[in-house]
Amino acid sequence: MTDSFNEMFEGERIRPPYTRLGDWTESMPQELKRLKQAEAEALFRRIGITFAVYGEGGDPDRLIPFDMFPRVFTQGEWRRLERGIVQRARALNAFLADVYDRGEIVKAGRIPGHLVWRNEAYEPAVAGIRPPRGVYSHIVGIDIVRTGPEDFFVLEDNCRTPSGVSYMLENREIMMRLFPGLFRENRIEPVDGYSESLRRMLASVAPAKCSGEPTIVILTPGPLNSAYYEHSFLADLMGVELVEGQDLFVEGEYVWMRTTQGPKKVDVIYRRIDDAFIDPLCFRPDSMLGVAGLMDVYRSGGVTLASAPGAGVADDKAVYVFVPEMIRFYLGEEPILQNVPTWQCGKRDDLRYVLEHLPELVVKEVHGSGGYGMLVGPKATAEQVAAFRERLVAHPANYIAQPTLALSTCPTFVDEGVAPRHVDLRPYCLVGERIELVPGGLTRVALTEGSLVVNSSQGGGVKDTWVLAE
Amino acid sequence: MILTVFHATTYRYDPPVRGVVQSHRLTPARSRGQRVLDWDVAVSDGVAGGGFRDGAGDWVQSHSAHGPLSAITVTVRGRVETTDLAGVLRGHRERIPPEAFLRETPPTRADVALTDLGRDALAGASDALDRAHRLAGAVHAAIAFQPGATHAHTTAAEALGLGEGVCQDHAHALIAAARSQGIPARYVSGYLAMGLADGQSQSQVQGVMIGAEPQQVQGVATDYEAAHAWAELWVDGLGWVGFDAANACCPDARYLRLGSGLDSRGAAPIRGIARGAGAESLDVAVAVEIAQQ
Repeated sequence: MTDSFNEMFEGERIRPPYTRLGDWTESMPQELKRLKQAEAEALFRRIGITFAVYGEGGDPDRLIPFDMFPRVFTQGEWRRLERGIVQRARALNAFLADVYDRGEIVKAGRIPGHLVWRNEAYEPAVAGIRPPRGVYSHIVGIDIVRTGPEDFFVLEDNCRTPSGVSYMLENREIMMRLFPGLFRENRIEPVDGYSESLRRMLASVAPAKCSGEPTIVILTPGPLNSAYYEHSFLADLMGVELVEGQDLFVEGEYVWMRTTQGPKKVDVIYRRIDDAFIDPLCFRPDSMLGVAGLMDVYRSGGVTLASAPGAGVADDKAVYVFVPEMIRFYLGEEPILQNVPTWQCGKRDDLRYVLEHLPELVVKEVHGSGGYGMLVGPKATAEQVAAFRERLVAHPANYIAQPTLALSTCPTFVDEGVAPRHVDLRPYCLVGERIELVPGGLTRVALTEGSLVVNSSQGGGVKDTWVLAE
Repeated sequence: MILTVFHATTYRYDPPVRGVVQSHRLTPARSRGQRVLDWDVAVSDGVAGGGFRDGAGDWVQSHSAHGPLSAITVTVRGRVETTDLAGVLRGHRERIPPEAFLRETPPTRADVALTDLGRDALAGASDALDRAHRLAGAVHAAIAFQPGATHAHTTAAEALGLGEGVCQDHAHALIAAARSQGIPARYVSGYLAMGLADGQSQSQVQGVMIGAEPQQVQGVATDYEAAHAWAELWVDGLGWVGFDAANACCPDARYLRLGSGLDSRGAAPIRGIARGAGAESLDVAVAVEIAQQ
């Protein structure tokens, strides 16, 4: 991967944001690195931050590997990213408000209607319902990759319940404990304001019927969910209750929480449960995780759900192709962040190209996530490519394809010392009364040499992400 | 025409349950074809929750009651003035685009037989309205009206396989066949008046509850179902048009429309869930009559 952009080294020269880190790593003896890495792992274990991997069996409490070498952005780089992310979050929410109302973007012919109305994630039950402040996706996680000094691309949008923000916060916490000196030598923008921003955002979208200080809860599927740690972590940081479906009930116009002091009205639910499970009365009748009658309370304005049911239609991979169009259509602006060029396999010409170039491309399932239903052409065996070709031909509309991007690399501690590994970035954008995001986000790193798959479910690790202050 | 409606549904729980939450689609929306004169929905216990008009233009009202509860009765009484528009839904305000009614649901999934039935029915059709009529005619011919042959969870494919069913099965089969041919279609629940005010049109009702199987269904069974269901198909140029494949006709002034959905569950007049392990049984009485003028 000699042609991919190295974020630290330009030949022999160290790029400006990393200047001070050059001395740091060179002056650190190998033995100290090992000690620090062991200390980091012990800290993560003690905190209990683990990530279960779906469908792989094995240890559900496996640690997600943490790499101590930070990823660094200059203030200028971040400013541009931030503007691009905010622009995208606004457009995605405008799209959701539109497709659950009059669908002007479809009428204008800017996106094919079938991609919206026939989409599994389009939820007819919320059409015509306007949530507080018109916000549908309150926490937008946008996955960004870099291919050059100025070249950032959006890989995908996550409008439902993007996870991983607890890693962003913990990575910083651990780095500050391990290397306090680094934080004296470098002026690094803090990230610990996230929980307060999240709480403020959730309070700002309380229903109109709520007077006074809104009661906020986080609704989790329970301890068996892979992100349960994150749910309880965020509840602790915000000082709100972490509840399961059985802790809530509907009576009259509101949702109530059982407490030792009797029922307490709940105004805002940050739900980490999928749409299909949140209300057995409205959606899956066999769901034991949700709250019966919740959707009626939501739709009649008695409670806010973040994110709104049906928000997933905006982050569908087939809809992704049209996000730049959304930005032009709703905001009248040109996109600051570009999409990765994408072939829609449901189109005949696109499919022909994809089939001819399969070994060079990354092919993804339209509704998939977590890196499970994908093919990374250059890394796949001939048998894997052949097997995938069959699935693709059988259901072309289920797939999109993208060129294999030369993802940027960041120095990473490996057994032999320090070596470049591919990285991506997921910043978390909060959308309420205001739109804000903490500087940085979660950097995921593909720990295997040459690997481009950064998903934690596929053996990726994480890094602390720095934005240098001016 | 003026229709009077009396519709009482009693859910009984043995042993008593801790609480009940219901979602009602029991209030007719105003359109060119129907105008509400009086309408009242009363529930024997508990409190009304929030109400709202959904994207398809139906009024949804929630209701909840605390336990211990051994029975809860929902009683609808009303008078509505109706006009025969040959099934065409006019002046009904809604947001959801017709294309959203192309998606399959478990009871409306088209198997090969339903797809074939749809395709064969369309052969030689002259225009969009003719296509819809032919589909409804084909479903009427393929499924004989036979109470007791099917149950609340029978799918369209199963009903077609049996060749027998009730209005719910005709509606599901028509919806599945239409969608398989790219025609948006939806399920409509409502009432049908079968005669003058002489009390003859009482009937049993099925398929309006979820969460538990009814242990027994009581009521005065007749040949007709006053609590009725049919389908609406999207016809370019006309909009939504009702088709009652069970009776081989389009809804006229005897029909009263309550609400719509992707299938019977989505359009159910009453959906409810009880907290607790009590076995549920259901008692329904429906009388829909044409008022003497």
